[in-house]
Amino acid sequence: MKYVDEFRDPEKAASLVAAITALAGPLAASRGRPLHIMEVCGGHTHTIFRYGISGMLPPEIELVHGPGCPVCVLPMGQVDDCVAIAETPGVILTTFGDAMRVPGSQKSLLQAKAEGTDVRMVYSPLDALALARDNPEREVVFFGLGFETTMPSTALTLLQAEAEAIRNFSLFCNHITIVPTIKAILDSPDLHLDGFLGPGHVSMVIGAAPYGFIAEHYHRPLVVAGFEPLDILHALWLVLTQLAEGRADIENQYGRIVPPDGNAAALDAITRVFELRPFFEWRGLGSIDHSGVRIREAYARFDAERKFALPSLRVADPQSCQCGEVLKGVIKPWQCKVFGTSCTPEAPLGALMVSSEGACAAYYQYGDLEGLRTQHAVGAA
Amino acid sequence: MCLGIPGRIVAITDETRKLATVDVAGVKREVNIACIIDGRALDDCVGDWVLIHVGFAMSRIDERQAQETLQILTELGEAQQEIAAMRASGRG
Repeated sequence: MKYVDEFRDPEKAASLVAAITALAGPLAASRGRPLHIMEVCGGHTHTIFRYGISGMLPPEIELVHGPGCPVCVLPMGQVDDCVAIAETPGVILTTFGDAMRVPGSQKSLLQAKAEGTDVRMVYSPLDALALARDNPEREVVFFGLGFETTMPSTALTLLQAEAEAIRNFSLFCNHITIVPTIKAILDSPDLHLDGFLGPGHVSMVIGAAPYGFIAEHYHRPLVVAGFEPLDILHALWLVLTQLAEGRADIENQYGRIVPPDGNAAALDAITRVFELRPFFEWRGLGSIDHSGVRIREAYARFDAERKFALPSLRVADPQSCQCGEVLKGVIKPWQCKVFGTSCTPEAPLGALMVSSEGACAAYYQYGDLEGLRTQHAVGAA
Repeated sequence: MCLGIPGRIVAITDETRKLATVDVAGVKREVNIACIIDGRALDDCVGDWVLIHVGFAMSRIDERQAQETLQILTELGEAQQEIAAMRASGRG
């Protein structure tokens, strides 16, 4: 595929690993600890595990898996609201496949579907709009979630519904924005990060400028990275190069997809349809100011929050789950009490086990768990 | 949902709704191209390589940038070989 295979070349990967290893030794020695680099985006987490990138890196580098998986940070209360909408007579509830299995306090959307509720998986919000066109007697609700990557697609679908005067289509908006959350992570006292791999496809929409404060105020490098193995290694090398030179800049490794200023048409659609919420609840992380968006008053007739009476209860995460500590990188997924026992991809307790972009599911699927546990036991002894 | 897939625009199918057919590794699918028109005539978008997310073309793949990144990686690889050779010769 176009510019996919080229970015998986093993020879170039070996050279990058050698260059990274040469830089990492002195940097870790001067700190007296390994370097902690966070990949913000769940897509990066997935690539790192799928290609075994952690295993290629020297022990002086620890990758911290960030909160950038929109499915994984969805609190149970939001899933409960979504189930309540789906169970309203006359409704067809539509959403992406990943969202179907996220546990609510009573059930997931998939379980509601198994009970006979009309829940349908769609590839695109446009498919949900087509369902509304074809079923004028039903109310079609799209459960929209994701960061700025998917926000424009939801906004443009809503604008299309308005242009066609489709009345039986609405959006349950759970879109979130990553920048306030990176700031919350940087302000967290139990975390020590040396630099960031920036989310590639969020940046394709918003550009690189919104990350400026990370370099200016927190003096940490951030390199926007693509999703192939060479992209990740190249971006890591750029972060380490900055650290070695004592710089903290915002750089873009993913120039083939990410324009410096983002995508004007996509940003325009977002701004027309959405506005920031005062705060939004994240699974494991709690409430974060200005980290979610809602539908503007002008498009109220497409807003499922206004059309339906929602329970809107705050539901605490299961006590046994340690999703929050995993999301902040305080513990590794396999150090969680329920990892792989009562929480598995087949029967997830925590959302990090649901999506293939979640850190727990990635460890479960690709991790050398016995190796990790042995290493940890030896280290702890 | 977040990763996207590259495809090539092969035909415009609906000018009003800004829809086009893309070819993704041999599979044809209709997608919205509103975000990659960039002030051009719709027909000028045919032939573009784009990255597709949830039914929307979200970015034009910049071939010059892709080549530049690959070139940097090639040069980095050559430099690493030089360094390794110097180390091996004991005079590095």
